[in-house]
Order: sequence, then structure tokens, then C-alpha cells
Amino acid sequence: MLHQYKLGGYNIVLDTCSGSVHSVDDVAYDIISMYESADADEIVRAMMARYGDRDDVSEEEIRLCIGDVEALKKMGKLFTPDTFAPMAGTLKERSGDVVKALCLHVAHTCNLNCSYCFASQGKYHGDRALMSFEVGKRALDFLIEHSGTRRNLEVDFFGGEPLMNWDVVKELVRYARSVEKEHGKNFRFTLTTNGVLIDNDVIEFSNREMSNVVLSLDGRKEIHDRLRVDYAGNGSYDRIVPRFKQFVESRGGKNYYMRGTFTHANPDFTKDVFHMADMGFTELSMEPVVCAEGDPAGLTPEDIETIKDQYEVLAFEMLRRQQEGRPFTFYHYMLDLTEGPCIYKRISGCGSGTEYMAVTPWGDLYPCHQFVGEESYKLGNIWDGVTNTALREKFRACNAYSRPECKDCWAKLYCSGGCAANAYHATGTIAGVYKPGCELFKKRIECAIMMRVAEDAMKNK
Amino acid sequence: MERIKTLETRNMCESAKNGGCGECQTSCQSACKTSCGVANQQCENK
Repeated sequence: MLHQYKLGGYNIVLDTCSGSVHSVDDVAYDIISMYESADADEIVRAMMARYGDRDDVSEEEIRLCIGDVEALKKMGKLFTPDTFAPMAGTLKERSGDVVKALCLHVAHTCNLNCSYCFASQGKYHGDRALMSFEVGKRALDFLIEHSGTRRNLEVDFFGGEPLMNWDVVKELVRYARSVEKEHGKNFRFTLTTNGVLIDNDVIEFSNREMSNVVLSLDGRKEIHDRLRVDYAGNGSYDRIVPRFKQFVESRGGKNYYMRGTFTHANPDFTKDVFHMADMGFTELSMEPVVCAEGDPAGLTPEDIETIKDQYEVLAFEMLRRQQEGRPFTFYHYMLDLTEGPCIYKRISGCGSGTEYMAVTPWGDLYPCHQFVGEESYKLGNIWDGVTNTALREKFRACNAYSRPECKDCWAKLYCSGGCAANAYHATGTIAGVYKPGCELFKKRIECAIMMRVAEDAMKNK
Repeated sequence: MERIKTLETRNMCESAKNGGCGECQTSCQSACKTSCGVANQQCENK
């Protein structure tokens, strides 16, 4: 399966199943688009009619290019047949019931009152609660016990606001470090925080122990303060930005992300991304809001079109800043063409409900943080393990090939069939497809690949 | 190939033979938390 598109002055041909990316001129672009449906003589006639008046185009040239296309096909870099479908359903079975990542909801409470919060101000539509050390410790033991031969185990301290339970977070990290070696494991911790409670202790401890910190900032002050307010209605921007700056500056190159959400209020979200970059933050992530239908923050069909244009604006500006020697990273444009994930990962996806689960403050297991509070999506608990095995099998069955809507989609090996939670919230079933999400996802991948093509062209100049 | 520039990429078909160690990061754990993109994950086995 091929995907051909033009962006940023580049003609790009993507061979979906091999993962090959080609940057071609107009003639080759049209030859490739005709290649499977016409013979060589027909292609030559069509190309001569279209480009015959150009100095660099002759019948001989066109036949040479057709030969190049044929050669790439033989090398498995063009028109690669899709042979993955039969194995798609079996890949996750190979991992058995291994769990390798947990999202620990250490605090179902929050010191901010953001109206768009998918976790309903941290409560997940339930009661406010803090995870005890005992529950957290058992969750870590559960992870070790169920991780099989996996060495790298990920734990995200999440909420609500995890810094509202900071002492337990620190105790849990110390406990994990005390037992990881004897079990042959390596814990990688992430802290996701709104920043209000960041102090020197948080910074010092996190810089030592957290592989990654995710800092919530929505960009411009007026955008951030519209929704990210405290219970008195005061915006949080002025309180958190100096703390985030101090945190990031002291991180010494360790991973972090400034993570924002954009809503109907700012479909021109690139201004917020650039605002963060202009403040000196270089690792940026900005996500479309996830909220209930009818929520005023929700994105409209018109917003979706604006956002698609904005993704292009973002890619071009990133390339420009890169050339000027002041690059920044955008999470969804990080596409490593040579060192990226294998086909197993590409087909299997995020692992929600199988190798990745969320743990509530009282020890219940859910397929991921976005399902917490949906009673029918409870998988079990950290003492008894997964008891709703039928539900786990439903998640195991989700992959790049499991949805009929994805059958002919060129992007399926980049999104793995999409986010189960998005699908559930949009269609009522995890086997569904969240179509606006697909549109945005495809645009992001087109932009990300265009950036790699542009970088390659700049390198070879 | 004057008209075609092929970028260096990881061959997906080849990775079917030796991939699947499962050590890579859980996709949406790292930053986004609200979508499923796997292509930006780093392989731990390369």
C-alpha cells in the first residue's frame, strides 16, 4: 500500500508495509501513481504529454525512471504487499499476561479545578482519595510479579495531582529501588504534575529518580488561565511557570515534556507551542482536548480543519528554527525512521488493558488511566490480579488490523488502530474508530515524515 | 536514481523476524496520555 502526498515543496511516497519513505520529483511522483494500473508504454505516453516540453524529460529518461521504480519494488521498498494481517492477532498472545507498565493514581484529588479535565478534577467521577503506601507497594509488587522477563518497568505517578501525595511517591520510589536489583528489573518513573506544589525537594528528588517529568502548561497565559484555575477561580500560570523553568533548567538533560491541552478556545494552538518554545522550553507536547460531547471546550468540525493547517504551520516553523540553531521537539513529530519501533509494536499499539494498566488509590485495575471510573471497565485489583479476563481479551484483540475502518488506511502502522479510550468515548466501544482523531493523526504523521524528508534534503545540500 | 531519493528507514518486514522483545516504552505513558501513536517510540533493541 502506498501513500503519496505533497507538502512543503516535497513530493513524498510512503510505502506503508516496508516503512520506506521516498522523496521524488514530479515525474517520478506521477509515474509511481500510474505504475500499478498502466503498462510502460502508457506511462511514457502520459508523462510525455504532461512533461514533454521540459528539458530534463525524454522518453529515455522516463523509461529509466520506470526501471528505478521496478528496482525499488524488487528491493521491497515500493508496492510492498501487506503480509502482516495473518500474524496481527497473534502478536499480543506471545507476551502472555505480562504487565510492564502501571499508571499509579496516587491522588484522586487536585489543587486545580480545570473544567476540561477528563478526570473530573482528579476525582474520576468518584470520591476524592489518596493512595496509601501499602496500596502503592502492593501495586509495585504486582508489577514485578507479572512482568515476566521484561527488565524495564514503567511507573507513572499520576492523578489528580500526584504532588498532593508526595511523601508516598517518594516512599514508593525508595521501595522500588530497594527491590529492583534482586528481581533483575529497572524501574523508570515518570511524574505528571500541574506544578503548583513544585519545590526544591520535588525538583531534587525528581531529577535523581524520575526518568521523565511531564509538566502541564497550556501555553499563553490567557489560554492557560482560562481553564487551569484554582478553586477560587485564579489562573495558575504565574505561579507555575517560574517553577517549571527552575525544574527544567536543573534537570541536566534528563527527559521532560511541557504538556499542554488545546480546546475550542485555541485551535490556533501553535501560538501556544511557540510561546513555550520562546520561554526556552524545548521538549513540547500539545494534545487535542478529550471531553464529553456537548462540552463547550470540545473541538468542532471547523476546529479540526484549522488544526490540520496548524500542524503544517508548526512543522514549517520547527524546520525554520532548526536551521536557525534554536530547535525544539514536538512529541508527535518525533519520528525516528531508522531506530523506531518494530512491526510488533506498530501492530500491537499502546498495550492498554494487557501490558499497561492504571491503578486507583484503592488498588483497582483499569485498562488505562482514561477508563478509570468506568465501572464496567474494571479489570480486577492488585491483590487478586486480572479477574475480568474477558475484558482483557477484548483489549488484547485490538490492533492495527482489528477494525474494518483501518483496512485500507495507510497510517495504521503508525497509530496501531488508534486509542481504545478515544474510540470508546466516541463510539461506545473500544472496537470503534474516533474519526476526527484519525484525521488529526494522519496529518501529524504526514508533517513528521515531511520534516524527516526536509532534514535529509538540508543535510545533503 | 535521479528522480527518486530513498531515505534510510527501518525495514518493517525484517523487523518481523527479530522484533517483539517488548522492552520499549508504553506508547502514551511518556507524554501525551490521550492518543495512540507508536511511531515516535524508540526501539530498545537496536
